[in-house]
Amino acid sequence: MATARSAEGSTSSDSGGEGVRRRDFLNVAAVSFAGVGAVAALAPLFVQMSPSQDVLALATTEVDISKVQTGQGIKAQWRKQPVFIRNLTPKEIQEADAVPLSSLRDPETLAERTKPGKKNWLITLGVCTHLGCVPLGIGEGENKGPYGGYFCPCHGSQYDTAARIRAGPAPKNLFVPDYQFTSPTTVTIGAKG
Amino acid sequence: MSFSWAKPYEPKHPFMRWLDDRLPLPRLVYGAVGGGYPVPRNLNYWWNFGFTAAIFLAIQIVTGIVLAMHYYATADGAFNSVNQHIMRDVNAGWLLRYAHMNGASFFFIAVYIHIFRGLYYGSYKAPRELVWMLGLVIYLLMMATAFMGYVLPWGQMSYWGAQVITGFFSAFPVVGEPIRIWLLGGYAPDQAALNRFFSLHYLLPFVIAAVVILHIWALHIPGSGNPTGVDVKDERDTLPFHPFYTAKDGWFVGLLLLIYAIVTFFAPNYLGHPDNYIPANPLATPAEIVPEWYFWPFYAILRSFTFDFILPAKLWGVLAMFSSILLLFFLPWLDKSPVRSGSYRPVFKRFFWLLVIDVVLLGWAGGGAPTPFRNAIGQICAAYYFLHFLLILPLVSAFETPLPLPKSITDSVLHGEEAKAAPAGTKPRRAKTATAVVE
Repeated sequence: MATARSAEGSTSSDSGGEGVRRRDFLNVAAVSFAGVGAVAALAPLFVQMSPSQDVLALATTEVDISKVQTGQGIKAQWRKQPVFIRNLTPKEIQEADAVPLSSLRDPETLAERTKPGKKNWLITLGVCTHLGCVPLGIGEGENKGPYGGYFCPCHGSQYDTAARIRAGPAPKNLFVPDYQFTSPTTVTIGAKG
Repeated sequence: MSFSWAKPYEPKHPFMRWLDDRLPLPRLVYGAVGGGYPVPRNLNYWWNFGFTAAIFLAIQIVTGIVLAMHYYATADGAFNSVNQHIMRDVNAGWLLRYAHMNGASFFFIAVYIHIFRGLYYGSYKAPRELVWMLGLVIYLLMMATAFMGYVLPWGQMSYWGAQVITGFFSAFPVVGEPIRIWLLGGYAPDQAALNRFFSLHYLLPFVIAAVVILHIWALHIPGSGNPTGVDVKDERDTLPFHPFYTAKDGWFVGLLLLIYAIVTFFAPNYLGHPDNYIPANPLATPAEIVPEWYFWPFYAILRSFTFDFILPAKLWGVLAMFSSILLLFFLPWLDKSPVRSGSYRPVFKRFFWLLVIDVVLLGWAGGGAPTPFRNAIGQICAAYYFLHFLLILPLVSAFETPLPLPKSITDSVLHGEEAKAAPAGTKPRRAKTATAVVE
């Protein structure tokens, strides 16, 4: 070690000029190489937390809607989240269409929130956009709130018949997931189209 | 902590001074593994394995915490959670699992070399008896942790390992069988045993980490030993831990991590037993049942008692296996030679290497199916193991004439090589050369 230290002390052959010594360069290079390696080693520790392949495999759910009569609704499950599938009555559709868009917190028409020609099928996540509770109103006899849609029991958000936010702390309408009518009586939630 | 010339911590930045007045944590680190810990200047590569073992403990804790996020400790789900869910579904799960599995082996490799380093250089002798004994406590905790971890994948080897190891306790008369049932929470390994093993497997590594802190604390009172076994006499004999030994440990750990990565990526199952990829079956024991490689020597000692002699053979085997480790706690008093380093003990040195061969042979005897030949070798080696510590070592330390020790560490490093060690272009001057290095 004594020889190495003394070699570094001599200014003639080893110094790279401008005050940067060969030893400094080697030191920085070696430590940065180890640092890059350490950061690379963190990658698996990070990605292991994201949804695993078996969770992603649940990306679509098929639901049979043949038994859902006008005015009824069912709860389905998609990616472990509740999905509200509601067969609106003509009166509910009319109510939703009668609301002027300018009065809405998150302006969207019922037509934009449903598929063409299937305006009676309102399919939304049953997850309140405030803090994620499941609103009431899909089941028979549940509190639908003053706007006839959904009412969240946690913090009192009120949704209308198109599941749009009308009053309460929630910022957005109930989320409409990707879905597709794969047959007249089957809807595939999570499928784009 | 240890020597008067240890450089005191002098924070330069105002914030560090502010912090030092309130919580002197950087001061503690500086004194423990920084420039404030003077270390003998002559450490060879055998002294790198303590640091390496600490790195592998850290790897095991980190990968283990992450694996516990994906593992389910249920008798019907554990096998699939490891071999299907973690290996196939979890992102990078295969890597984390193999890293943990082989990390255990590498932790043991590092620790075994560390222990044999201690045996050769007399690291257990005064004033470092407690360092040695705390090390043995760490080793015992490691064995318990490794065993319980091996049970978690709930394959055939896991299951029958749990059955056999808890069966040790049934060797003790009267209380043995109730203790075994209490440990398992049943009559055979099942849900209760798996759950408690998981809980303890998660707990013990942190206990190990705590004992490691005590181990290092106790070490830093007298300071590190060195290959000559001669005490540090003055500042010329030491170098600050940082940057000298952080650099040396750092590159050496890099080298070992390279080997670890090669095994983990290209031969991840080389050190394991294929039968552990068969789900646990309480109705059939695998044809050949052996523990992981790091337990083979002890397994050989366990198997070497094949006949009853006053006590039943089963009890002898269990007692011998436990005492083979407990014996090491008495080592500081079994080896009374005042010379620490095996390099200056010609007779001891030969017996040391004989012990290494003996333990390797024990490993071979414990790692295969019990044929008569293998058993015979195992019995001879087990007998020799005890003979070494209980008879040979005390006798050697009483009768051996050690070689003359160097006057000091510096003297041993610069034995007649002053010219080579002196700074280029200067005349060799013994004392000055050494101090120049420290600055």
